[in-house]
Amino acid sequence: MTDTTMQTGTPGAMPAARPRPKARRAANPLRDTLLVFRRAIGISVRNPVWLVMGAAQPLLYIFLFGPLLTKFAGMPGFPPGNAWQVFVPAILVLLGLFGGAFAGFGLISEWRDGVIDRMRVTPMSRFALLFGRVLRDVAVLVVQAVLLVLAGVLMGLRAPVAGVIVGIIIVAVMGVTMSAAGYAVALKVKSEDALAPLVNGIMVPLMLLAGVMLPITKGLAPDWLYYLSRVNPVVYVVEGTRAAFQGQFASGHFWIGIAVAAALAAVGVTVASRTFTRMSR
Amino acid sequence: MTPSDGAEMIRARGLAKTYRGRKGAVEAVRGVDLDVRRGEIVGFLGPNGAGKTTTLQMLTTLLEPTSGQATVAGHDLRRDPAAVRRAIGYVAQGGSAGSDARVGEELIFQAQFYGMGAADARRRAEELLQRLDLSGLGGRDVKTLSGGQKRRLDIALGLMHSPELIFLDEPTTGLDPQSRSNMWGHIADLRRTAGTTVFITTHYLDEADALCDRILVIDGGRIIAEGTPDELKRGVSGDLVTITVLSDPDAALVLARRLPGATEPVCEPDGDAYTVTFRVPEGERIIIGLLRDLDAAGVPLSGVSVRRPTLDDVFLTLTGRTLREEAA
Repeated sequence: MTDTTMQTGTPGAMPAARPRPKARRAANPLRDTLLVFRRAIGISVRNPVWLVMGAAQPLLYIFLFGPLLTKFAGMPGFPPGNAWQVFVPAILVLLGLFGGAFAGFGLISEWRDGVIDRMRVTPMSRFALLFGRVLRDVAVLVVQAVLLVLAGVLMGLRAPVAGVIVGIIIVAVMGVTMSAAGYAVALKVKSEDALAPLVNGIMVPLMLLAGVMLPITKGLAPDWLYYLSRVNPVVYVVEGTRAAFQGQFASGHFWIGIAVAAALAAVGVTVASRTFTRMSR
Repeated sequence: MTPSDGAEMIRARGLAKTYRGRKGAVEAVRGVDLDVRRGEIVGFLGPNGAGKTTTLQMLTTLLEPTSGQATVAGHDLRRDPAAVRRAIGYVAQGGSAGSDARVGEELIFQAQFYGMGAADARRRAEELLQRLDLSGLGGRDVKTLSGGQKRRLDIALGLMHSPELIFLDEPTTGLDPQSRSNMWGHIADLRRTAGTTVFITTHYLDEADALCDRILVIDGGRIIAEGTPDELKRGVSGDLVTITVLSDPDAALVLARRLPGATEPVCEPDGDAYTVTFRVPEGERIIIGLLRDLDAAGVPLSGVSVRRPTLDDVFLTLTGRTLREEAA
C-alpha cells in the first residue's frame, strides 16, 4: 500500500501558516489539577441538584432513624457518649461512601458528552484529569457534611467543635478514596446500568458491616458478625470519626481511623490514576 | 519524504488495533499506512465499523496501537504523545462539550488546558464564537444549543489552541442539509485562513467530494484506495447513461450493447416507459451518435441523462456494496 501512495492533489495555493502562539509548556500537574477542579466545581455550583440529592438520604437517616438511638446511649455494648455523637459521624462516613457512587455516575455522563476524551487529547497531566475531579467531589462532600452536622445539632448533637472539624476531615479523606474508586470503576464499565448494581452490591454490605446504623460491638453483635466487620476497613474510619466527635484525640480508635482513611485514599488514587493513564498513557 | 522536511503532517505505517474481548480478538484496524501533507484536507471515507474512528483515536493518542508506528505533526506517537497532543486538535464524533457547562467558559477552560493565559483565552473564545456563527451564545448552557450550534461549538473547542492539524470525526453527521453546507464552509475556511491541515472522517460521499483534496477509502480495517476525488472516479469504468424510451426497449438495449466500452446494460420498466442504463467511457460524446441511431430505428425517446461517476460508484466498484446502505 505504501508504494501506491500518491502525492497528488495538493492544495493549489497554500497560504503561509500564521505564526502560532508558543505559550506551550510542559504538563504542570498542580496547575492542571486546579483547572480541572475549577471547571468541575463551577458546573456543580450551577447545578446544585446533585449536592442536594447526595445529602438527602443521610439527612433522612438523621431525622427519621437517629431519634431511635437516643435510648440506646449508655446501654451495655453501645459505644460511649451521646447517641448523636455515635450516629452523626457514622452518617458522615455513609455520605462519603455514596459520594463515590455519585462521582462515578457523573463521570459516565461526562464521558458520554465526550468531555473526558476531549481532555485526554490535551497535554494536561493525566493525574490532574482525575484529581481535579476528586477535589471537586471532596469540596461538595465537605459542604454536605457541614449540612448534616447542622441537622444533627438541630436534633440534639453536642460535640467539641475541634472534634467535629477533624471528623469532617477524616470523612473528606475517605471521600477521596471513594470518588477515585468511583471514577476507576465508571471508566471500566462506562454504563449507568452496569454501575448501579455494582454500587449497591458493594456499598450496602460495606455500610452495614461498618456499623453505620447500629454500632457492631462485641456487646451487641454475635461474634461472627463482629469479626466479619473487623475485616471491613470502613469500620475503622467510622470508629475514628466517632472518636474525633468525642474529642478523644489520644485514643487508638482515632489514630487507627486516620491511618486507615489515609491508606485507603493513597491506594484509591493510585489505582484510579493508573486507570486514567492506561486509557492513553 | 522524510518527516524532517516539514511538509509531512501525518505519516503512519502499519498502524493496527486489535481488541481482545471475551469473544476473541477483533481486528478493528489491520495495518494502515497513510501520509498527509501540511495544508492538505484529507478525507477518510468508509462505512460505519470500517475502522475510521479507531484509526483517528490512535492518531490522536487516545488509543495505543497494537502495532505499527506514526509520526503526527513531527512527533512520534509512541515516544512523545504529549508533544503530539500539543500540536493537534480533535473533534470527536459524539461531541465534546459538557451539557451542563456554559459555552464561553467551556471554550476558555479549553484554551487554558493548553497553557494559554486567561486574557488570551477570552479573546480567542470571542474570536472563534464569531467566526463559527456563535456570537452571543457564550453565556448559554451547552444543553440549550441546537444540533448545528453544538457541532460548531465542538469545532471551536478543537480550534482554541490554534492547532496546526485538526482531526474531525464525522463533523456533519446528524445535521440538516443547511447546517451541513454551512459547516463545509467553516472547514474549508480553516485552511484558507490559518493553513490548518484537516483530517476528516465521513461516510458522506458528497462531503468528501466537496471538501477534500485527497480521499483515503477504508473498509474492513484496511485502506483499499487512495487518490483525489477525480482520480478515484476515473477508476470507475465510465459515465452512467440513462435513456428513457416509450416502447421498443430491446432495440435500445441492442444499440447500447454495440457501443465501444459499454458495460452493465440494464433495462427496467418505469411506469408506461422503460429505462435503459449502461456505463460507457466519455458518455457525453458517445450519446450523440446513439440518439441518432435510436431516432433512425424509430424508437420513441422520452428522456436522456449522462451522469459522471460519483464516489458512491467508486465505493460500489471497490467493495461491491454501496456506502449508503452501510451508513443507514
